[in-house]
Amino acid sequence: MLFAGRRSATKEMRVKILVPVKRVADPDNANKVKISGDGKQVTSQGLEWKLNPFDEYAVEAALRLTENGKTGERIGEVILASLGPKDVGQTLRGALAMGADRAVLVEANDEQLDAGVVVDALAKLVAQEKPDLVLMGKQAVDGDSNQSGQMLAEALGWPMATFAMGIEVLDGGKALKVGREADGGILTLKVTLPAVVTVDLRIVTPKSIVNHKTPADHAYSDTARYASLKGIMAAKKKPIAETSLAKLGVTKTPVLTYAKFELPTGRKAGVKVADVNELVTRLRTEAKAL
Amino acid sequence: MTDVLVVGELFGGQLRRASLSAFSFAKTVASATGGAWDLLLIGEGAGGAAAEVTGFGARAVKTAEVAGGPVAERYAATVAEQGKGYGVLVATASAFGKDLMPRVAAKLDAGVASDISGVSVEGGKLVYRRPMFAGNVVGTLTVGSAIQVVTVRQAEFEAAQPTGGSSPVSSVSIVADPAAERVEFLSYEVAKSERPELTEAKTVVSGGRALKSAENFKTVLEPLVDALGAAMGASRAACDAGYVANDLQVGQTGKVVAPQLYFAVGISGAIQHLAGMKGSKVIVAINKDPEAPIFQVADYGLVADLFKAVPELTEAVKKAKAEA
Repeated sequence: MLFAGRRSATKEMRVKILVPVKRVADPDNANKVKISGDGKQVTSQGLEWKLNPFDEYAVEAALRLTENGKTGERIGEVILASLGPKDVGQTLRGALAMGADRAVLVEANDEQLDAGVVVDALAKLVAQEKPDLVLMGKQAVDGDSNQSGQMLAEALGWPMATFAMGIEVLDGGKALKVGREADGGILTLKVTLPAVVTVDLRIVTPKSIVNHKTPADHAYSDTARYASLKGIMAAKKKPIAETSLAKLGVTKTPVLTYAKFELPTGRKAGVKVADVNELVTRLRTEAKAL
Repeated sequence: MTDVLVVGELFGGQLRRASLSAFSFAKTVASATGGAWDLLLIGEGAGGAAAEVTGFGARAVKTAEVAGGPVAERYAATVAEQGKGYGVLVATASAFGKDLMPRVAAKLDAGVASDISGVSVEGGKLVYRRPMFAGNVVGTLTVGSAIQVVTVRQAEFEAAQPTGGSSPVSSVSIVADPAAERVEFLSYEVAKSERPELTEAKTVVSGGRALKSAENFKTVLEPLVDALGAAMGASRAACDAGYVANDLQVGQTGKVVAPQLYFAVGISGAIQHLAGMKGSKVIVAINKDPEAPIFQVADYGLVADLFKAVPELTEAVKKAKAEA
């Protein structure tokens, strides 16, 4: 294998993280998606492709885990992977500009893919790349399914920590302590690597990632980093390896079939009330809600 | 004929109310297809919790007593083993259900219909409806695998009511999973609150960025929340700004709520927020911008400065409650 022996090469273990990413139609304009006349397709023409926001946060978290945030020194490798048509390369290029090291593009068209197929492809990619950690968004904001990370963990036989809001590296890089967004609070797990972690929104708060390399007094800005001009220039030279479902040996076929898409039945705007008194009166007498 | 296995979620040795939505799904599918539904309680205290759930009409209640905290790797193998022979495995799409069920599905080579808002039987097939694209599209989905795994949106399936009868209870054997040996449960810190849980409350009051500070959430919004006996929520913008904890976030990326009465205070109404609350029965919006999109979904809109209107409303609610 290309990266065999990476653990023995240096005394310090360099963590290797695979970040699967998906491009989605601009989520800030998700109300502008349209449905084709026959109801068979959601079309997002005119909308920009963006990195799925949760995946963008996963890239940020992966970078924070593999650097000294103060000096910028890199102490690990971040590999991106995406499935889709060739122009997904542009999305990958954008994430490489944030600081990821290299990328793999698995060529596929949407009709060939559902969660099971994506997971099969990612599992085969993991077998090739042998990362210590797969870090990904908890869900893509187009399908809103929230299942691939969990299914991938099971396919690999790895432990997982979903909906992560905080990660601390433990045992010199052999394990992670992960705080998870659970109902009504935070559920904390320790997972031994290799593992799958899916991230939630708070994973990009200033002190959400503790890798014991970045000094404790360093605070990140409260979001994913922007690509710098230098990063954008560097990304042009970073390798994007191309492969395909067939080359990876993916044999699964989709089991999820969307027969049609519809617009939800909208709510109608109600009445404007003049003041608090009218509001309370109407809530009591008309809506009988108070 | 489709038999359904419901995976019931436990907390503190009791069934979480959220699971009653999955019961409703199971009853609907079983009765529409002439099948039956069973309930599997898994986790600490499963045996003790069984007595409370025998009156909901399940053919059987199975219990799997698993120690070591709510960890999917500890549950998935047992759930998958018990799930063999069923047409559908279902749980409510809580953090627990979303975490566990896809892992179970992968063990059974099953497709997952996540976070569904509806189900029907068409031509002998189960057809699921689910919100996508932040609630801007509703997809109609069928699952082609032999076993189907489903999570149901709590706000869209009414909590099942007891119907009497007494389901027989039996315990099942636990299946070990090597992955479970590599994950250790450390803690579950539940934020203590006197208020009802966000996803289960009859009334929700959410605040937005217009509240301007964490302090104002406390001094301006919370008195209204408590006067109403409501749960408190917030927009993503307010959470991102650090005014309140993220677990109060209502929206596509946070909690989906559908209370009887929802107050949006100082929330403009971004699509991401609307996706989390537009299933509410009655929506009230208070915002000083008359053009705010929130007014397009509100039953009652009050164009006003929230710092003046909310304290007034708090007093009016207190007065109304005292009279009632």
